[in-house]
Amino acid sequence: MADKPKIKLAIYWGAACGGCCVSVLDVHESLFTVVEHADLVFWPIALDTKYKDVEEMPDGSIDITLFNGAVRTSENEHMAKLLRQKSKILIAYGSCAHMGGIPGLANFSNKEDIFKRVYEESESTENAQKVRPATETKVKEGTLTLPKFYNDVMTLDQVVDVDYYLPGCPPQTERLVEVFMAVVTGAALPPKGSVIGVFDRVQCDDCKRKKSDKKGIVKFKRAWEVTDDGETCLNEQGILCMGPATRGGCGVRCVEGNAPCRGCYGPMEGIPDPGAKMMSAIASMLEGKEQDEIDKAIESVVDPAGTFYRFSLPGSILRRKQ
Amino acid sequence: MQSTVNNNENWTPRIVAFFCNWCTYTASDLAGVSRLRYAPSTRVVRVMCSGRIDPEFIMEAFAKGADGVLIGGCHPGDCHYSEGNYKCLRRFTLIQKYAEQMGIDKHRLRLEWISASEGKRLQEVVNEMTEQLKQIGPSKIKEVVETLEK
Repeated sequence: MADKPKIKLAIYWGAACGGCCVSVLDVHESLFTVVEHADLVFWPIALDTKYKDVEEMPDGSIDITLFNGAVRTSENEHMAKLLRQKSKILIAYGSCAHMGGIPGLANFSNKEDIFKRVYEESESTENAQKVRPATETKVKEGTLTLPKFYNDVMTLDQVVDVDYYLPGCPPQTERLVEVFMAVVTGAALPPKGSVIGVFDRVQCDDCKRKKSDKKGIVKFKRAWEVTDDGETCLNEQGILCMGPATRGGCGVRCVEGNAPCRGCYGPMEGIPDPGAKMMSAIASMLEGKEQDEIDKAIESVVDPAGTFYRFSLPGSILRRKQ
Repeated sequence: MQSTVNNNENWTPRIVAFFCNWCTYTASDLAGVSRLRYAPSTRVVRVMCSGRIDPEFIMEAFAKGADGVLIGGCHPGDCHYSEGNYKCLRRFTLIQKYAEQMGIDKHRLRLEWISASEGKRLQEVVNEMTEQLKQIGPSKIKEVVETLEK
C-alpha cells in the first residue's frame, strides 16, 4: 500500500445544510482508512484550503470530488465549474446535488418573493429603506462583493457534467464507504451517469412492515392522528409514505424509526419524475370510486407538490412553479 | 413538436389528447366518419385504457409545449378493464391539485368520459376546450422548463 499513490479527494458544499459533510465524518474510525488511502485536498467544513488554492491546482488533478448541495448562487455555480475542471470524477453527493433537495423547494417561489419576505416583510425585520443585498457595494475602502442569488435553484447536472450520483439526505455512510473502497481498490466503475450507492429495488422491498395487496385507503391522516401499530404498512394505516416511489439504499431508516419515508433517495432507475410515480401509486391505493369519495381522499393529501417533490422539485419534469 | 405559436387571431392551441382505445378513441373515429367538423387542435395519443395514463405523460406533454392536455375514457362502470377509469379519475383529481400548486391554469387540463357512440360529444368537448385555451393564450410552461433563470 505504501508505494501506491494516495487518491486526491475533495468535498464541497453548494446550497446545502452541512449534513452531507457531517455524513462523511460519520464514517467514524473508518476515517483512518479513508486518510490512509486518500489525501483530502479541499473540504471547507474541515480544512482551511482557500478557493485560490483550488484554482492553482492543475486541471484534472483531483481524483474524486463529492459535491453536495444545490446550485443557488453564482458562487455555487463558479465552484461547480471550477471543481468540474479540476476533477477526474465529479459525484453529485446527496439529494440537493442530485435533484435539488430541500433548498430546491424554493422553486415554488422566486427571487423577488424570497427577498421581499426575508428583507422586508418578516416579523423581526425593520428595513425602512428596503435595503437588499447587492452583488457590489462601494465603500471607501473599496468594493465589497456578494455572490448573485439566482431566481431558480438548480441541480448540479443542470450546471456541469456529472459523472455519478450518490443520493440521500444525507447519503447512508456505509454506501459512501463502499463507493470509496471500490475506487481505492480499482474495481470496475459503473457507466458514467449512474446512480451509485443505491439498490435496484424500492424501499418497500426492504421494509419489514406487513403489506397487503389491497391497500383500500379512504383518507390520509397526519401522523399524530394515528396510533401506529408498529407492524402494518404506514400507507395502509393512512400515513403517507413515499416508499413505493423511492429507491432503496438507506436501509429503510425512517420507517425503521416508525416515521414515513420522505423520498430522499429519489426515483428508481429510468424514472424521470419521482412525484409522478408517487401520484400514480397513491391513486392505485385509494378505495373510492365516486367523485366525492375521491375528492375527500385527495383533499387529505394536504400538499401534494411539496410532499411528492420534497427532495426533487428542480430535478422534476416541470422543474419549478410556473 | 414544432412551435407554431404566435399571438395572432389565427393561433390554434395544441392539445395533446390521450384517448382510451375502447371509448373515446372510437368516438373520435365516429366523429370522423360522421363528418363532424371540429377544431384541428388535438394530437391524439391512443392508449389502451385511461388507467394507463401516467401523470408523467401529462407533465411531459406540458414540458414539451402542449397548451392543454385532454384525457378521454369510458364512463364510470363501463371500463373495458373494469376499473381503469377509476384509477384515472383518482390520478386526475390528484394531478389537478398538483397542477394548481405548480401554477398551471386549470383549463389546460381536462378529463371527459366519452363513450364510443358519443362522437357529437367529442366534437363539443374539443371545440369548447379549444375556445377556452384561445382565451387564456399559449402555454409558457415549455419556455419556463427550458430556461434556467439566473
